[in-house]
Amino acid sequence: MSSYIALTYWQLAAASVFVLIDAALSVFFGLRVHRSLLFAAIRMVVQLALVGLVLTTLFSIVSLLWTGLAALVMVLFAGHEAAQRQERRLSGWWSYGLGTSCMMMSSVVVTVFALMTAVRPNPWYDPRYAIPLLGMILGNCMTGVGLGLNTLTTSLAGRRAGVEAQLMLGASKQVATAPVVREALRSALMPVINSMAATGVVSLPGMMTGQILGGVPPAEAVKYQILVMFLIAGGTGLGAVTAVLGGVYRLTDARHRLRLDRLTSPQPT
Amino acid sequence: MTTHAEALLADRPDFKPGRPLLSVRDLRTNLLKPASFTLSAGECVAIRGPSGGGKTLLLRALADLDPNEGLVCLDGRDRATMPGPEWRRLVGYLPAEPGWWADTVGDHFTSWAEAAVVARALGFTEDSEDWPIARLSTGERLRLALVRALLVGSKVLLLDEPTAALDPASVRAVEELIGARVRAGLAVLWVTHDVEQASRVAVRRLIVSARQVREEVRECPAISR
Repeated sequence: MSSYIALTYWQLAAASVFVLIDAALSVFFGLRVHRSLLFAAIRMVVQLALVGLVLTTLFSIVSLLWTGLAALVMVLFAGHEAAQRQERRLSGWWSYGLGTSCMMMSSVVVTVFALMTAVRPNPWYDPRYAIPLLGMILGNCMTGVGLGLNTLTTSLAGRRAGVEAQLMLGASKQVATAPVVREALRSALMPVINSMAATGVVSLPGMMTGQILGGVPPAEAVKYQILVMFLIAGGTGLGAVTAVLGGVYRLTDARHRLRLDRLTSPQPT
Repeated sequence: MTTHAEALLADRPDFKPGRPLLSVRDLRTNLLKPASFTLSAGECVAIRGPSGGGKTLLLRALADLDPNEGLVCLDGRDRATMPGPEWRRLVGYLPAEPGWWADTVGDHFTSWAEAAVVARALGFTEDSEDWPIARLSTGERLRLALVRALLVGSKVLLLDEPTAALDPASVRAVEELIGARVRAGLAVLWVTHDVEQASRVAVRRLIVSARQVREEVRECPAISR
């Protein structure tokens, strides 16, 4: 397994020249992005260095408590990111709470399923397997949940007259919101479907590439990648369905009214 | 006002004055001040008042489309005892700008054949079924939404300026169509800015201004009749 080639810091420094070239181009063409470009590059280095430290410690102690805490922090960050991407948010705690809880539920269910049935490390919560798996599932789940909720809220607001017209004629909220729910779920699942269809032809997934660079035989790396794609599809679907249905629950009420008053005004994004 | 209602009912032999069909007590929302009034079967009441005065708020609260409080009963049945959709099938609402959820006219009706019977009275033909909604004029949309609302067979109909964008011939057609339904027992609240229309279609009037609903008291009731 350990046939990988270790990198030195000088090699990294040499590669960072490309970022400096980008910055120089920005200055030359007056793009005004050199400052944010350099800042992003430095931020990435610091974040990854910290993650490296944290993972080294986590992997050495193999504790259910600490693995769980790391997973929780990841979910909370993902929830924050998904909430940030909403053009119109649910009011109050719902904005953050709904996306976060749905992501937590779906990504944990799918990750634990994979650890119990497919990967089966010993112990099952070994962070070397649990954390990277959760990270990949969570990252995609975040995109799906964010897109699903954003489509739901903007589309309900945009088609308010049509939805209420059906309610006025005596339709139930389930019937009146069905087209919008379908649209939201479709947009949530589209990235997963596209990435599954394009994988291997257009793009070589990062995880598989990483394993191959790490010395794993390609056929084995491919098996892992297929497993991960299935987990991502499952986690995204589960997270998006619960988030969108939760959103509809919040934006309607027991009297079958449309409650757009529980939505904040549009955010410039 | 009772003399009025009696005079009105006298020319309508199919109706006997009785207890009100719709009774509203302290209906209020966070914007609308408490409103109380009643409406009888076969009665059409005109609602007038300045723009932004709360007429639409009142109709939306009656149709239970916005959160509201107060006691609203139909035929003695408390609104709170029935689900929202059931209430809205009994108390129909035609907004000033009706909404659409599909591409063509026909898609908005469970049976266009059934709808066409009513639609013909408002100037539509059999082949209107395939018309795209996007190409309809404001007046056509209003008339089609009225057809849609009438087909539900509700007992009370709340109309928010149903003839605002119509030509005189269409206005007459709409007034005749609703008038026939009222004579058959439908109770109607009709929001209109047109004073002459208000006196054509209704005897009683409610004034909604500054988000307050009150009965209009006229000095010489029905002097022209």
